Formats: sequence, structure tokens, C-alpha cells
Amino acid sequence: MYDSLNEICLAAEKTSRAFWQIIMEDDCAEQGITEEQSMENMRRMYAAMKQSDAHYEPDRLSGSGLVGTEAAKLRNRRNEGKMIADRFTADIMIRALRVSESNACMKRIVAAPTAGSCGVLPAVLITAQKKYDLDDDKIMEAVFVAGGIGGVIANRASISGAEGGCQAEIGSASAMAAGALTYLMGGDCREICNSAALALKSLLGLACDPVAGLVEVPCVKRNVIGAVNAVTATDMSLAGIMSKIPPDEVIDAMRGVATHMGSAIRETGEGGLATTPTGIDIRNMISMAQNNN
Amino acid sequence: MNLSDIIGPVMVGPSSSHTAGAVKIGTVSRKLFGEKITKAEILFHGSFLSTGKGHGTDRAIVAGLMGLSVDDDRIPDSFQEAEKRGFDFTLSGTDLGENAHPNSVKLILHGENDKKMEIVAASVGGGRINIVELDGISANFSGDMATLIVHNMDTPGHVAKVTGLLHVLSINIATMQLYRSKRGGDAVMVIECDSEVPEAHRKWLAEQDGIIRVTYLSQIPEELSPEDLAHQYREKKVED
Repeated sequence: MYDSLNEICLAAEKTSRAFWQIIMEDDCAEQGITEEQSMENMRRMYAAMKQSDAHYEPDRLSGSGLVGTEAAKLRNRRNEGKMIADRFTADIMIRALRVSESNACMKRIVAAPTAGSCGVLPAVLITAQKKYDLDDDKIMEAVFVAGGIGGVIANRASISGAEGGCQAEIGSASAMAAGALTYLMGGDCREICNSAALALKSLLGLACDPVAGLVEVPCVKRNVIGAVNAVTATDMSLAGIMSKIPPDEVIDAMRGVATHMGSAIRETGEGGLATTPTGIDIRNMISMAQNNN
Repeated sequence: MNLSDIIGPVMVGPSSSHTAGAVKIGTVSRKLFGEKITKAEILFHGSFLSTGKGHGTDRAIVAGLMGLSVDDDRIPDSFQEAEKRGFDFTLSGTDLGENAHPNSVKLILHGENDKKMEIVAASVGGGRINIVELDGISANFSGDMATLIVHNMDTPGHVAKVTGLLHVLSINIATMQLYRSKRGGDAVMVIECDSEVPEAHRKWLAEQDGIIRVTYLSQIPEELSPEDLAHQYREKKVED
């Protein structure tokens, strides 16, 4: 995997190829597979994302009972025509909830880049595919774009909440989705990377503070902001609004912020929302319920 | 790490470290044991102990020990599946010390003829794992490569014997580590290889003087029953 978005752009520009092709060729070289195999892998991942969305159960609650049914509530509101957001944004919000609630309910999802942030990319890709009537091959190319961006973030910084906080999970997922959506909207390499930078910048510093240590509160709802943030970053990028800090430097900044984060807000459940009075009550309730079992 | 770690895996939620990683610890341990497990003692440490239940870590490890994969939809119901299969296990907590990774588990696996194996493993993020200890001696491998583990007496010549064998078989070594309990005591070699070491040669090695035991982790997938396959992820047409 590449460790610089700028290098990917240079490689693409030098050989007049698309961003996604550079990522695919790198994947082939790294895993010793053919282009067909690499493309098949990404097609398969997108198909699995669609299934994770399709298999949502509106009545199901997670084991702790903390999450579940939220996507159904939002869908009802949309169907009543009462949502402030337009249809596209509403659908993205609903899908992000569907997939991440399914994850919390121990259903099958695609980690992208992680299980906790699994709702962001499918929400953006599936909704864009429906709105713009895109075929699966085009989306597959966008999945490569997302993977390339995630790879650079993993190499330069981190995609793990325990290492980098939530900025490394929802932030990374959002940057990946922003780049993918920008590609689908006709953006070139520089616009793709700029979009990723704008998305990541907006989520820098986000703490990983799960209540009772579970991938539920606030993780499920943060998938919504990660997905919607990808849309706003894409619109800004395609309007020509530039991140004044270059994309690779934004990723480096995320790594820097992570080093300033105490372990209390890196997935330990010992800070942030997890240690609010209500967060502690919930944790105690869950551990009591467990001991009674 | 490669592209498949960024986009993927397809897995049963909710956590790549606490669920998918736990399944993988189970499957790798099952392969290391190499024969039917009659009883598994599962001892959770740290975050695995405190938040494992909510993440389904307990059910995930049991699923893995039975050979289910990370995308098997029976993971949430693995305890019922274990009962159906007569798979015997116990769950408890332990303290592996402050140097242990927070997502650690100790497994004591029992088999027929008093065969026993102790494994300490950690889930290190993104579904990747590390086997930290094998039968009380340090180890350090990911389970992602064909891995040859040789327990031998701490006397000269054993490394040459093992690497000589790999040389004859044209098997390339990716990583190699040596540990010992104490000078002249038990020693262990952990060798990650780029290709599989054939069974006949592993047997030959196990019979050599000074070699106590040869353990092997193969990357050849287990043969799955049609029922197992039916519970894995398959592409289906999505209805709108």
C-alpha cells in the first residue's frame, strides 16, 4: 500500500491512469494476484456491503439493548416527508444507521476500515449508486479509491480507535467515502485527495469513548456524521474549495493529535461519554445484568 | 496489512478486535492443536474480560475453536452450536500481568490421550492476532503464514538441523525467532515460512534427537461441510 496520497496522484498523472487503477495495480503486486482477482475481491466486498444494508432488522436490539430500531425511526420520519435533509442526505443517514446497527446486533458487515465504522462507506456508495444510476463496476472502482485512501491513512497514521481515537475510525472512513464519492462525481486525483483531506480535517480530534466499552454508543450514530461529512467534503472539493493543508499533512496531523490523546479516550471506555454519570450508570447496569446470567 | 484489511473482511460484528480477532484466535489455536479438542478452558484477560461479553468475544472464541469462520452467521449462537456438537468448554477470567496486551486470552486445550496445549494469544486490532505464548514459552507470530514451531532441548545443532531441512525442501523462511526457558533447558524455534512444510518431513523432524515436539500451523483451509459453507457469506441478489 502507498504511504502518500501525493505519490498516488503522481503515479496516476505520470502514466495517465485513474487513481483507482494505481491502487489496483499496487494490490496485484502486493498480494501476487491478477487484476481480475483484485477487481473480483472489491466487487465481492461491495456486494457484501449491499447485503449488510439489505438484511437490517428494524425491530432488533443489540445484546445490551442500547441500540437498534433507530434507522427504522428515521425512515418513518422520511416517509412522512418531515425530514429537513433532502432525500439523498436522508437516505445516507438511514443507511449508515442500518449497517452500523446491524453490526452492533452481531450481523454480517464489511469492516471498512473497521467494524465500528462499517456504516459510512456503504451508506455513501449505495445511495449514490441509486441516485445516479451507476453500475456495479463503477462503484467497484470507487471502492478501490476508498481503499487506497484508507491504506495511506493506515500507513501514515492509524485506522484503529485504540491507537488513534475515533478520528482514526470514523474520520478515516469518512475520508475514504469522500474520496470515493468525489470519484463517482467525476473528480480527478487531486480533487479526490482534497475531498479526503477536507473530510478528515473536520473530524480531527474525535475521541473514542464507547459507553461500557461497546461498539454501540456513540459509535452507531457517529457513522451518520461520517457519511454526511463525506457529502459536504465532496461538494466543497468539486466547487474548487481547497484544503489549505495538503492531504498527506492532514493525515500526519491526525497522527500527531493521536499522540496527544490519553488512553482514556482511545477505546478503553475510561473517558469522554463513557464516564459521564449516565455512561457509568449504563456500564454498571450492563455488568449487573451479566453477573446475573 | 494490505487492501483486503482496509476494505474487509466480511465479518460478523460488532468489533474487529473483540469479535473477528477472537474468532481467529480460536481457529488458529484449533489448527495448532491439530486434532480433536475434547475440552477447551478459555480464560479472558483485560478488556477481553471486562467488555468481552458485550462484544460477543466469548461466543466468537468458541465459534473459532469449532472451526467457524469470521463471517459465519452462527457466531452469535455458537454456544447452542457447541451443545449440538458436544463441544465442551469453560469460560473464566484471569490476570496475565500488566505486560499482557489488553485483548488477551489464555486457552488450555485438551485432547485424547492426555494431549494438552496452552496458548496465550492477543487480538491486536483490525482482526489481526498474535500468538504470544505456546506451552509456557514465548512465541510471536500472526497465524497468517505457514508456521513451524519446534520445541527442542537447548543444546547445539538443532537450528542447523531445522533450517537444513527447509533448505533441502526449498522452503523460504519469512521470519525466525528463538526462545528458551533457561540455558540448557527447553527451547523453541518459531519459523514463519512462505510455503507449506509437508507432513512427512515434520514427522521426520519430530523423531530427531533432542527435538521434543513439532507443532505446525498450516494455511491450507480446512475442508468444510456443506452445512458450514451455507452459513458463510455468499453473494445473493439484493432485493430493493
